Amino acid sequence: MQKTTDAAQLSALARRMRRTAIEMIMEAKSGHPGGSLSIAEIIVTLYFDVLRHDPANPQWKDRDRFILSKGHCCPILYAVMAECGYTPKDQLLTLRKLGSIYQGHPDVRFIPALEASTGSLGQGLSIGLGMALSAKLEQSDARTYVVLGDGEIQEGQIWEAAMFAAFHKMDNIVAIVDYNKIQLDGFTKDILDLEPLVDKWRSFGWHVLNIDGHSIPALQQAFAEASATKGKPTVIVANTIKGKGVSFMENNPKFHGAAPSKEEFAQAMAELA
Amino acid sequence: MSKTYELKMGAATREAFGKALLEVGRKNPNVVALDADLSKSTYSTYFAKEFPGRFFECGIAESNMVAIAAGLASAGKIPFASSFSAFVLNKGFEQLRVTAAFPNVNVKIVGTHSGISIGEDGPSQMSIEDLSLACSLPGFTVLSPADEVSMVALMHAATDHVGPMFIRAGRPKVPVIYEASQQFTIGKAIQLTEGTDVTLIATGLMVAESIRAAQALEAEGIHARVLDMHTIRPLDRDAIATAARETGALVVSEEHLIDAGLGVRVAQVVSETHPVPMEFVGIHNTYAESATPEQLVDKYGLLSRDVIAAAKRVLARKR
Ligand SMILES: Cc1ncc(C[n+]2csc(CCOP(=O)(O)OP(=O)(O)O)c2C)c(N)n1
Ligand SMILES: [Mg+2]
Repeated sequence: MQKTTDAAQLSALARRMRRTAIEMIMEAKSGHPGGSLSIAEIIVTLYFDVLRHDPANPQWKDRDRFILSKGHCCPILYAVMAECGYTPKDQLLTLRKLGSIYQGHPDVRFIPALEASTGSLGQGLSIGLGMALSAKLEQSDARTYVVLGDGEIQEGQIWEAAMFAAFHKMDNIVAIVDYNKIQLDGFTKDILDLEPLVDKWRSFGWHVLNIDGHSIPALQQAFAEASATKGKPTVIVANTIKGKGVSFMENNPKFHGAAPSKEEFAQAMAELA
Repeated sequence: MSKTYELKMGAATREAFGKALLEVGRKNPNVVALDADLSKSTYSTYFAKEFPGRFFECGIAESNMVAIAAGLASAGKIPFASSFSAFVLNKGFEQLRVTAAFPNVNVKIVGTHSGISIGEDGPSQMSIEDLSLACSLPGFTVLSPADEVSMVALMHAATDHVGPMFIRAGRPKVPVIYEASQQFTIGKAIQLTEGTDVTLIATGLMVAESIRAAQALEAEGIHARVLDMHTIRPLDRDAIATAARETGALVVSEEHLIDAGLGVRVAQVVSETHPVPMEFVGIHNTYAESATPEQLVDKYGLLSRDVIAAAKRVLARKR
């Protein structure tokens, strides 16, 4: 795989990955497009710029770890991991089908390079802490990155993990909250509002960066600042748009967990061309 | 056999739950409902729309929801707290134990999307251990209705019953077994077919499969009795002991881990009352995977074919 720091190149890649994710969901006739589209830039920036990893050597001891805690958004992760060379590209369209390695939610039995089996929300940050603790024990400078959903952080376990990370000065872990303002039943502000979100993380002892989660330069800068921050964990509150890149999916709770119709699919492909 | 069943496709038991919740809510102003960001999937939305003031959306925070429900129950309300079975039971288990079972409060926990027949979402969302977990809470009544008629009737019974309860529901549409006039009593199994050669005991979607199995066996001259064990706890000991005595061989089928659910509990009753050979149909010591519901029940052995094979095995052991 070819890593790059070029924002325009990464942006083009994010667009292509969005397209692949929608194709996969279309073929599966089910899945979660909204939250896959909202993290395209985050995942692409991590895998193609920030993460220290080697798809040819997935068990590399000192690799950086990535956990998609909001596991339902795995289509975009699968697209990116296949693009990196971890898994076969030509099987991406078998998503959610019998025998496919591309399971409905991340499953390390099928893809060990996923690092964690997720799908029950609320647990990825704790798993990441375990990996980050292990890195400290091994005196490895490997870093751990965990993407959380905004609805997901309503789970109490997230805040147990947040307290632990700050107390133990875990500067080798980065949480990224995909703040797309929508969960399953509707808008987070109507279900269980998270505000004031930045203040919450800050009061839990985290270094907080509040950025545009679709801006690759902003993401690159945030990841660099996280690496430079010593003595506390960093959380990136990535303000995003659920469904980003496909006009009728944008900010539309309907596309949390529904595949597009034939006509909608054609329009999505045209918009992501 | 005697009675034949058409088994026309009906509603999913989760949708029947949603409808019934609205009905009991209209009947009893003490009924309140809670959900954890899955109300569109559990169909508690029906209740939420009509009674917004009596519906509490808890967000993605199942353990908190369960303990809030326990508090509501302690204060005299009749709370129905719903989510996917996998989340409400597993995440809420400690709260169910300490805030519901231990003080014996009147909460009703409803777990939808149970079993593997949810399909494509895969094992993290599937609940194959929920009957075991619910039955390990002393004092809990555990219901597992097989179709829309039994779900609605048992929801009414659940509302009148005082005590903690778990109600299991499924995602896919399932065949209708019962006529609307059928009466249901918590703790009383329903005999669906007559037979003296073997008894097929089942719960949930395995009830329809067991009826199909009985119909196929009938064509081979084997007369199978089918029992719908819609109440997993308290078990209908009389119906089980009678079946063991009168038919001399039992098959128990469930969409659940085979060594932790209905089957082992029936075996306990059989060994205490009238020991006879038994065979079991269920999920063997594994998590499933993503696929269509139809492919999964086929691959993991939850079809009438599997019940028939088990019946033949047990008949071979019967003397
Ligand atoms: C513990 C748990 N409860 C409920 C669910 C069902 N569920 C799947 S996605 C989802 C909403 C997630 O919202 P959010 O975290 O905001 O994700 P995104 O908007 O990025 O899709 C819910 C409730 C689950 N997967 N896990
Ligand atoms: Mg969200």
